[in-house]
Amino acid sequence: MTYLAASGVSLDDIGILDAGIVALLGYAVVFFGLILLMLVVMALGKVFMARQSRPVQKKAPAPAAAPAAAPVAAPAEAPVVAAPGSAGPVKLYDTPPKTAAMIMAIVADQMGKPLNELRFISIKEVKD
Amino acid sequence: MINIGEILLNLWNDSGFATIISGFTAQGGWQNLVMIVISCGLLYLAIVKKFEPLLLCGIAFGCLLTNLPGAGLYNQELWTNFMTEGHAAYHSYGTIMREGGLLDIFYIGVKTSLYPCLIFMGVGAMTDFGPLLSNPKSLLLGAAAQMGVFAAFFGAVCMGFTGAEAASIGIIGGADGPTAIFLTSQLAPHLLGAIAVAAYSYMALIPMIQPPFMKLLTTPEQRKIKMVQTRQVSKTEKIVFPIVVTIFVALLLPDTAPLIGCLMLGNLFKETGVTERLSDTVQNALMNIVTILLSTAVGATMVGSNFLTGETLKIIVLGVCAFILSTCGGLLGGQVMYWATKGKINPLIGSAGVSAVPMAARVANKEGQKANPSNFLLMHAMGPNVAGVIGSAIAAGFLLSVFG
Repeated sequence: MTYLAASGVSLDDIGILDAGIVALLGYAVVFFGLILLMLVVMALGKVFMARQSRPVQKKAPAPAAAPAAAPVAAPAEAPVVAAPGSAGPVKLYDTPPKTAAMIMAIVADQMGKPLNELRFISIKEVKD
Repeated sequence: MINIGEILLNLWNDSGFATIISGFTAQGGWQNLVMIVISCGLLYLAIVKKFEPLLLCGIAFGCLLTNLPGAGLYNQELWTNFMTEGHAAYHSYGTIMREGGLLDIFYIGVKTSLYPCLIFMGVGAMTDFGPLLSNPKSLLLGAAAQMGVFAAFFGAVCMGFTGAEAASIGIIGGADGPTAIFLTSQLAPHLLGAIAVAAYSYMALIPMIQPPFMKLLTTPEQRKIKMVQTRQVSKTEKIVFPIVVTIFVALLLPDTAPLIGCLMLGNLFKETGVTERLSDTVQNALMNIVTILLSTAVGATMVGSNFLTGETLKIIVLGVCAFILSTCGGLLGGQVMYWATKGKINPLIGSAGVSAVPMAARVANKEGQKANPSNFLLMHAMGPNVAGVIGSAIAAGFLLSVFG
């Protein structure tokens, strides 16, 4: 039995007032459903963005597996290399200097600005 | 000796020509002729004017086949018996299989909602929900654009339709063919032909119907607004989305589960990256096969005696009103978001909240570019566009809950 039939309203002969109520209620239900879905999607997005922005944690060294091995060296600072043609040095993370030079040239070209007016702080390869 | 004259006479009496002539007025022969002319007109629109040709071609040909007297491809009385409580053939697919014609067998897929759900699976496999995920607020525009559904429902009741018929007519405003067929086949199967033709015809006419109202409800300055690039959405997020939506929407409105479930399953095939063959099949082979079966089956319901009524004319008028009001609802939603975001949202994207993927988004993009040639709204409009698909499915689920 449908909701309307259950409430004693004839489905074949629905009145104008009842139709108005059903129309308003239906529109409200669509909004309600999609607002809830929006909140769910927003929460989902926040979770994924937080995961993406979290710094990649280094794997802990396996202590028992290689007791005789030399102590693991602390991770080296990212090499600071000169960025020829641009304003100042640039830190490179997992990026070969050649690739970095190419990226800087492309960015300058896309922005339509001379390279020596751009300052690159760092370039990091994003790994999924 | 063989009586050639008698053979020829029998041949003539068995022919559809004789049926039309002998029953021109008494058995609705004139209606068959008119429907054959209408089907040729629809074929012209599909082939020459390219109005939704993939669907309209099949619908028109199904209409042509069903109105050929004596061919027996589709038998309206079988389906009337199928729906008559207490009749021996009540809800008996066996009777349909045994006594029905080819198009009756095709129609079983419509009656069981199989085809609309499979079409939705194909739509899901072809849809990128990335723009919606990057800007979830566009879901509000998809909701706002369902205004025409409920306004047309109300209008249909005022014009004397029953609640179930009015609900089926209203869903034309959702601008979503499979949803309209899904709901109508459940609530008002006798109106299926008229509603399907109206829905698909208006979807094809979106580039003509929407722009005047887009100009009416937005200022030239608003249409020039460039929207900022939305954020990148990760692959994992795209994989999780269809699963979350299915659980959430199906729990909220269980009647939408077949449509939303299939839509999201198709999308999951596309996004997983490990089901490429399935995604390819759903997008191409399956979609094409189901389109053929669905369109001819829907066309088959356009039997003259059912279609040539005052009701069809009312449906056509109410359908266009539903479309226009849905467009206006989306645009008004866009205006609200424009003011709420202090001018960061171009209200034109609201018009894409009517489903019709991706036609409505393209129209919004085109109108934006007319105002500002360097304005690219397509990706921004795709958010409300796919939100409209979910919105119309929820609207259909609600109407099915109330009148089903």
